[in-house]
Amino acid sequence: MKKSVYINSVGSISPQHTLDNTLFLEEVVNYNSSTLNVIAPNYKEFIPPAAARRMAKGIKMSTVSAKTVLNEAQIEESEVDAIIVGTGLGCIGDSEKFIKDIIDNDEQYLTPTRFIQSSHNTVAGQIALGMGCKGYNFTYVHSTISFESSLLDAKMQLEENEAQHILVGGVDELVDHHENTHRLIGHIKDTPTNSNSLLNSNTSGAVFAEGANFFLLSNSKTSSVYSELVALKTFNEIAKERVATLALKFLAGNNLEIEDIDLLIMGNNGDVNFDDYYSQLTESIFKHTPQAYYKHLSGEFDTASAFGFWLGNKILKHQNVPNAVQLNALKPKKLEIVLLYNQYRGENQSFVLLKRC
Amino acid sequence: MSALKIELKEKIIEQLNLEDLSVAEISDSEPLFGEGLGLDSIDALELIVMLDKDYGIKLADPKEGRKIFESIDTMAAYIEANRS
Repeated sequence: MKKSVYINSVGSISPQHTLDNTLFLEEVVNYNSSTLNVIAPNYKEFIPPAAARRMAKGIKMSTVSAKTVLNEAQIEESEVDAIIVGTGLGCIGDSEKFIKDIIDNDEQYLTPTRFIQSSHNTVAGQIALGMGCKGYNFTYVHSTISFESSLLDAKMQLEENEAQHILVGGVDELVDHHENTHRLIGHIKDTPTNSNSLLNSNTSGAVFAEGANFFLLSNSKTSSVYSELVALKTFNEIAKERVATLALKFLAGNNLEIEDIDLLIMGNNGDVNFDDYYSQLTESIFKHTPQAYYKHLSGEFDTASAFGFWLGNKILKHQNVPNAVQLNALKPKKLEIVLLYNQYRGENQSFVLLKRC
Repeated sequence: MSALKIELKEKIIEQLNLEDLSVAEISDSEPLFGEGLGLDSIDALELIVMLDKDYGIKLADPKEGRKIFESIDTMAAYIEANRS
């Protein structure tokens, strides 16, 4: 018999004050920008200086998020059986520097540090080195379902009892060349956009950002448990018109109906060309369901859905939907089952189902 | 020579990301590896590349690095004697 999978603890570094797990969006930072950076903690409080000097921003964010996760769950580092990280672009900042060195120096004088940090799997590797974890170490690089791919791997291993505790995370960083490229191709909004009016901006592109969101997934509950991960499904591409049908099929596969969903969490990013994917759910089959959104707080990046996952878990644990994330005026009568849906530019779509513990 | 030593300290701080250190905090004679600055084998590779790129000195035998990179004093002396 398959074991259940629980999210026992969370750790988030984002453009909001999310690292302190005793808080839950009591104070929301409002931006007027087309890019958002994380609110960086004082990394020296978490990482020895000798180790930090060779860490890219993405590694630092992830290390601190991971430490927060383990502290909250109160489990020993040695109890973590596996580390699985999803990332769209890895530590792209050091990749850019490494490639610039290659060009500037005519392929000579290349140094090891930037190369080490430029590989996608360096985040999972560095976390494992820091913890002394010699178990399964895997990195999924799959655009905007990188995080969900990591979740799926962890879920299957825990269900089959191949592991008991798995550290799972999603991380991406925002750096100059990456930002400039996406501006050039029109994926970033042309004009600064106020967080509060993101969904009414009526402009194309998204507000780009960065973040690191980590979780401890286990097949037993700890005292800090947030939710149960019931199901998830990913799709590379779904025609807009099929989103509602596939949502219903996903629910039916888990013996659920529309009325069973207490809250729908949507990944709308305010791109006028693609937000209608979300409308397929919010304005039709789920129009009588309380709805929430989060990319006005987190911004858009390849693993932004990990912030949505963080939000769903916090809502279920705190039994509260903060005003800042409410998408419609409906208030949940109870908060037992949450459905998350995300897509980016019509591709890499995901449904995730969480249940209160 | 003292200008070269200051230059070396600046380069080491920048290239090895020792941003918590200032030039004044690195003494000319303290060991760079081990108990001194605490540099490691990856840093040694970075320093070998720096010698080549910035001073035109190629280390034929990387084992030479053990003596050359002992301190700022030894590095500066080696560069003065061998720079192209």
